[in-house]
Parts: sequence; C-alpha cells; structure tokens
Amino acid sequence: MRTHLQKRDNRSMRMTILVPIISLLVSFLLGALVLLLSKANPLVTYQAMLKGAFGSQTKIQYTIAKAVPLLLCGLAVGVAFRLKFWNIGAEGQYIAGVIGITWVMQFWTFLPVWLLLPIGMVVGVACGALWAAIPGFLKAQWSVDETLTTLMMNYIIIGYAEYLYINAWKAPRGNMGTILYPEAAWLPRIWGRVHAGVYFALALVVVLYFILYKTRWGFELNMIGKNRRAAQCQGVCIKRNIVLGMLLSGAIAGLAGAIDSAAVTHQLTKGVNSGYGFTGIIIAWMSALNPFVSILVALIMAALETGSDALQIMKLPSAMGEVMQGLILIPLLAGSVFIDYRLVSRASHTEATP
Amino acid sequence: MIDITKTFPGVVANDRVSLTLHKGEVLALLGENGAGKSTLMNMLIGLYQPDSGSIFINGVHRQIHSPQDSMALGIGMIHQEFMLVGNMSVAENIVLGMKDLPFVPPMGEIKKKITALSKRYGLQVYPDKIIHDLSVGEQQRVEILKLLYRGADILILDEPTAVLTPGESRDLNEILKRMLSEGKSAIFITHKMDEVMSFSHTVQVLRRGKSVAVKPTGDIANVQELANMMVGRDVLFSLDRGPYEPGLAMVEVKDLVMLPIGGGKPILDNVSFSVRSGEIFGIAGVAGNGQQQLTEAITGLLHVDGGSIHLGGKNMTNKSPLAIIKGGVSHIPADRGRMGVVGDMSVGENLSMKKYRTAELSHNAVMKKSRIRRFAEDLIERFTIKTPSQDTSVKFLSGGNIQKTILAREIDFCRGILIAVYPSRGLDVGATEAVRQNLIKQRDQGSAVLLVSEELEELLMVADRIAVMFEGRIMDILDANKTTTEELGMLMAGVAREGR
Repeated sequence: MRTHLQKRDNRSMRMTILVPIISLLVSFLLGALVLLLSKANPLVTYQAMLKGAFGSQTKIQYTIAKAVPLLLCGLAVGVAFRLKFWNIGAEGQYIAGVIGITWVMQFWTFLPVWLLLPIGMVVGVACGALWAAIPGFLKAQWSVDETLTTLMMNYIIIGYAEYLYINAWKAPRGNMGTILYPEAAWLPRIWGRVHAGVYFALALVVVLYFILYKTRWGFELNMIGKNRRAAQCQGVCIKRNIVLGMLLSGAIAGLAGAIDSAAVTHQLTKGVNSGYGFTGIIIAWMSALNPFVSILVALIMAALETGSDALQIMKLPSAMGEVMQGLILIPLLAGSVFIDYRLVSRASHTEATP
Repeated sequence: MIDITKTFPGVVANDRVSLTLHKGEVLALLGENGAGKSTLMNMLIGLYQPDSGSIFINGVHRQIHSPQDSMALGIGMIHQEFMLVGNMSVAENIVLGMKDLPFVPPMGEIKKKITALSKRYGLQVYPDKIIHDLSVGEQQRVEILKLLYRGADILILDEPTAVLTPGESRDLNEILKRMLSEGKSAIFITHKMDEVMSFSHTVQVLRRGKSVAVKPTGDIANVQELANMMVGRDVLFSLDRGPYEPGLAMVEVKDLVMLPIGGGKPILDNVSFSVRSGEIFGIAGVAGNGQQQLTEAITGLLHVDGGSIHLGGKNMTNKSPLAIIKGGVSHIPADRGRMGVVGDMSVGENLSMKKYRTAELSHNAVMKKSRIRRFAEDLIERFTIKTPSQDTSVKFLSGGNIQKTILAREIDFCRGILIAVYPSRGLDVGATEAVRQNLIKQRDQGSAVLLVSEELEELLMVADRIAVMFEGRIMDILDANKTTTEELGMLMAGVAREGR
C-alpha cells in the first residue's frame, strides 16, 4: 500500500508539541546506534552523561553557566530566522563580541577599572552587531546570498582572532592568549560557577519576547519572514528591516561573546570558536523561534556538552555530546512535516475521489 | 479529443469538450481567462488526466499519463514561460533531459543536427550561444527547436506572441507555415484576434469550460465576429449605484514609461490618464499587457523610468509604498495569496496590517492587542468573512473569504483612493458580487476607484469610464455607458477603432 502526505485543514497543535519530544527520543535512539557501533554501552554512556550534567551541585552550575552563551546565541539566530534571514554566522558574531570586549579590557586602561566591564560589553555588542550588519547590508542592497556570506565571515574572524591571540595581542608570557582581564572587571559569580550573565540572558528573553510579539516592529518582522512580498505591499521596508534585524541578531551574539569572556575565560585565547554560534542554530530551530522555549532547549544542549565532558574521564566516547547535538536536529526537521501534513494511504485516497 | 470533462474542486474546467486537429493545420484556441484552454491542453500533454472522455492520436486511442508519454506520441508544448536553463548553451538546452542521451553527449553531432533543423525551418539560432544572451524571440525559437529535435509533429503554443515584438511575430508566422508544409500541425492559444485571422485555419472558442464554436477561419467575416464569439453576449445583471458625479482628479498619471530590465519593448509606454473622486475608472486588457505593472507603479512597488504620478494632487512618482499608503491609497493586489495576505498569520493579524501603524491600534511602538481583537471582530462581522475565528490562519480560508479579508482591510483604511487589481478573479458568484458592491459603495462615498479587470462584463457593470491597455499602451478611454463588449474586445486585441 502506498502512502502520501495530505495537507491538514489546520495546523496540528498536538503535533507541534509532540514532534520535538519524539524527535528528541528518536535522536537518543540513533545516538545509541552510534554508540553500539563504537562498542560502547549506550545505557552506561547516557547515564554517565546525565550524571555529568546534573550529578552534583557543581555540575548543575557548570551546565547552567554553559547554557548562558548557548541561550544567547539561540536568541540571536532566532531573531534572524524570524526574518527568514539564514544567519549561520552567530559563531563569528560571538567572536566579534569577544574581540570587542578584549580590546577594551586590554587597551582602554585610561578608564577607571569599574567602567571597563560595562564599556567592554557595549563595545562587544557593537562589534557583533556590525559584523552581522555586513551580510545584512549585502543582502538588502544586492541580494547577496546570506547563507554563504555569514558562513564565510565566520572563518575570516576566526582567523583574525587567532592572529590576535597568537601575535598582536599575545600576553608577554606563554605562547598564546591575551593577558587576563583585570579581576575587578570580571562579571561576578552569583552561585558557584553560575555568573551574572544569567540575569542578562533571562532579561533578554523577556525583552525579546516583548519586542517580537507585542510591538509594531516585531509584527513587521513576522510579516517579512512569512511573506516578504505581502509585507512590502503593506508598506514595510524590507531592506531596512533586514539590516536592523541583523544588527539585533549580531548584537545578541556579540553580547554572548562579551559575557562569556568577562565571566568565564577572562581573555581572548584558543577555544574562542567554541561552536556556541552553531549550536545556536539548533536551539533556535528546536524552540520554534520562541524565546521562552529557547531556555529549555539551551539547557538540554548545555547538558549534552557538560555531560560529554564527564565521558572523557570515564574513557567513554566524549564526542558523544556533539554527535547528539547534530543528531537532534535531523528527526526534528524530518518530523516537522507532520505539523502541517498527515500521512494518508494512497488506496483510501483514490476511493475518496473516484 | 472527444467529450473531455475535467473538474477541479468546485469548478468544471472542461465540460464535454471535443477538439479535432488535422494534419497540416493550425487550430486557434480562443477564450477568456479561465475558459479552460490551458486545462484542455494540459490534458493533451499529460499534465492532467481527464475525468472522462478519450484522446485519439492518429486514430489510436491513447492514455497520456505524463509529458514523456505525449512527447513519445509527437506532441510538444511551448509554455508561456520558457523552460530554459539561462546559463547553458542553446545546444545543451535542446538535448537537456533527453532520456536516450549517452553519458558523454556527442555535442558535435548534436550541433550539426540542430543547424540542419534550423536551416530547414528557417529558425535562425547559433547552437553555441548562451540562453542569457538571446532575445525573447530567439529563446522561443530554441523552444521550438527543442520540440522539433525530439521529433514533435503536433506543437501546442500557449500565447506565443504575447512576449514578441511585431517583427518577431511575423517571423514566427513564417516558421509555422514552413512546419505545416512538412505535415506538422499546431494548436495556438491566443487572445489576439488579428493573429487568429492571419495564422490559423480553424478557430475553436471555449467559454466557461464549454466549446461554443468551431469554424474555419475563412468563414469568419472579420475580427468583430471573432470578438463576439469569444466574449459571448451575456445578460448583465445591474447593481444599484448612485449618480455619476465625478469630482477632483485623485490619481493623475502622465506619460508613464517603464522599461524591462535588460531591454526590450517597454512594459508601460507613455501611459496617461486620471481618476477622479466619485468614479470607478476601469482598465481592460488581456493579462500581461502592463496593467499590473501600472498599478504597482502607482502603489510604489515598482519604479518607473519616466513620467509622473500625482496622488491627491501630490507628486508621488517613485515614492516608497509606505509614503503612498500614508497618502491614503488602498490596494487590492493582483495576487491574493502572495501579495494580499500573509497566509501563515491569523485573520485578525491580516486585518490589522494596514492600520497597525495608527494610533487606533497601537500606542507608540506597542500594539494594542485587545483593541486589535475588537477591530478585527468588527471587520469580520461587517464584511461577513466566514472564518472559524479571527485566530485561524488565513491560508485555511476559501479564496472568497481571503479576498473579503483583503477587501475589509483595504476599504476600512481607504482614504480617497482604492486600487483593485483583478479583485473578483477566481471567486464564486456570491463573493464576486460582494466585491463589486463594495467597489461601488466606495465610489458613491466619493473615493476614486481604479479597477483592473479582464472581465469586460464586470467593467461594463461597475466602471464609469474604461481604458483599454494593449502592449503597455492605452488604446483608448471610453465612456462605459456608450461602449460594448465588442468594441472593447477589439481594442484589447490591439485593433484600433475604425476611423483612427
């Protein structure tokens, strides 16, 4: 019996909720297959990951601290995706944020120390925004494909950051990395490893939700994303909004970079291309671009990362976290077709329309 | 093709239509938009399957399931939009997609064969040229060659001259004649009466899915008779309307010129007219003669290359859509789904898409959600939009209710100028009537209404004055009370009035 997809009369609410949950389970099953292939026991591994992510207070703190840049990157990507602007350059915009804050911390020494953090963060945000505005402008002005430009610009800034921490801005001692930020200018911790960045991230969730769902601008972004031509007919300026949307998206990614380096790494060094920006794509997509749902998804993603760190110590395949992050999206993308369509068997269909 | 019937949900596209094409003959298929010409042809080339009826090719009963099937039977169609790959060469395009092509195509041989074919039929093309660099007329020749190369004996041409210059049209006529002398046949879909007279041997007219006439072209006295056959004489039911008391000119278009990107014949060619308050100014014409571009120029969606547009006395030439909306212009666009609504947003949201900027629906930058809900509820009731709730996505509504949603939004917002493009296209009788009544109501309340339509009956019923557009020009502007479908039909076909 052959089957085919038939459009539903209405978007299925049940499926909107069920598909992500089932996808998550399917991806764990797929992950188990990968583990079996590498001769590891899936149950043991998953258990170890769970323990590694939530097994103790410190571990929970690590997971939360990791969720902060992830959540911010997810929000950043989400803003661009709302416009159907495929910004896969949050990684680069994040790095621009790190470079921005490091520049202030290292060279703006004429400022009183207490001013370094706020000003550094502002500069970081501005760097991220500007880095994102370039592909936004190119798209708006000459329809240059944003998927390529945002992706390629990641590599440009990764290389530049490398040059900075190996050469230009390298600390006198050691062979890479800038000097540490002055301790008084670090973003304070609020609960063990958890730092004040959490406040920023959560506040931003609320602010973004308000902007996207309650304001005129949010309404316009929604229109552009869902039907660009109709939005244009209603007098919405597409070009300006693409640039503005990208400025906001890049600013958030830049904030993620500034916060993480002010709170965790305290310098620009190897590992700045953390992959948070790429994981942000998965977070944005899984949360259906909803800022509040992003919190939950970011926590899951952070848990996968901290959980797999624990695998390393136990001599289990520690790349499992990344494998899982990649795997999660596939069943979700495949499954989301069921939100708008239902599966019908061909036989019953032809009977219905003789 | 015998007794072909095809129904789509809610529409009978073809109702027991029979069509006979003899060897060496050109059959002109005529009819208004939506008369069922394309559907009929799509069944001949296997894109659709008829619900009933049968198709005989060279006397043999055939089931045509796909374009591959029809090609194997020697039937090929040239669509209005060419199916060519722009950055590949002529020769590559001609053999592209052929099933029996070897893994490494012998391009030398292929080119020789193409050159031979093009000489035989007088189709001048260079096999090495890239499609991008060809004119529209040359691209069409490539399409014809593509079919000939595959051995087509029956060619279906869907409005082949719509995109051609008069010179290119004459060339096409010559090419067709040569092919016929070799025993090939053609079906020719067109709206242009004079071409029918000069190209075809037989004329068949479809109206509302039915075949209403088949006649040898020689038996038709003149273009007038042809126009009558196509439009038919339908009894008009009249709509209540106030007296015609036009006021100030609200829309003034002067010498408007729009050129296509990359050159070619102008899309708009010195168009001038004005629409006064309290009148409905109709624009008649076969789709694709520049009407839609004209309305998009007025609403700021397209840039013009010359001339001026004044709205409410202010110069609004090449201003942004937003500036024009703020100038009081409402627009019911041609393509409902793509331009009129955002399908994935709710009815309520779609209804508020013009007024959300005003103090009525938002405070500074923040939308007044509960006010918007009441506003939407009110419009749904006033315009009798049938929807489960205002939260339903617009894409789930019927075409008529989608159009009512647009109508409600635009009319509610209307401040003096309403531009409606094909507002009743594809709607059932009830919805069509609602649309027309609303347009007349706007007129009676003193708005300037610009109505673009393909349906002459609609224009004669609703409009006060009617301009006819043909190939980007205004052929004439007529008083709706003093003209007839016949006269309009002639002008639509590019035939100027006698004595001019």
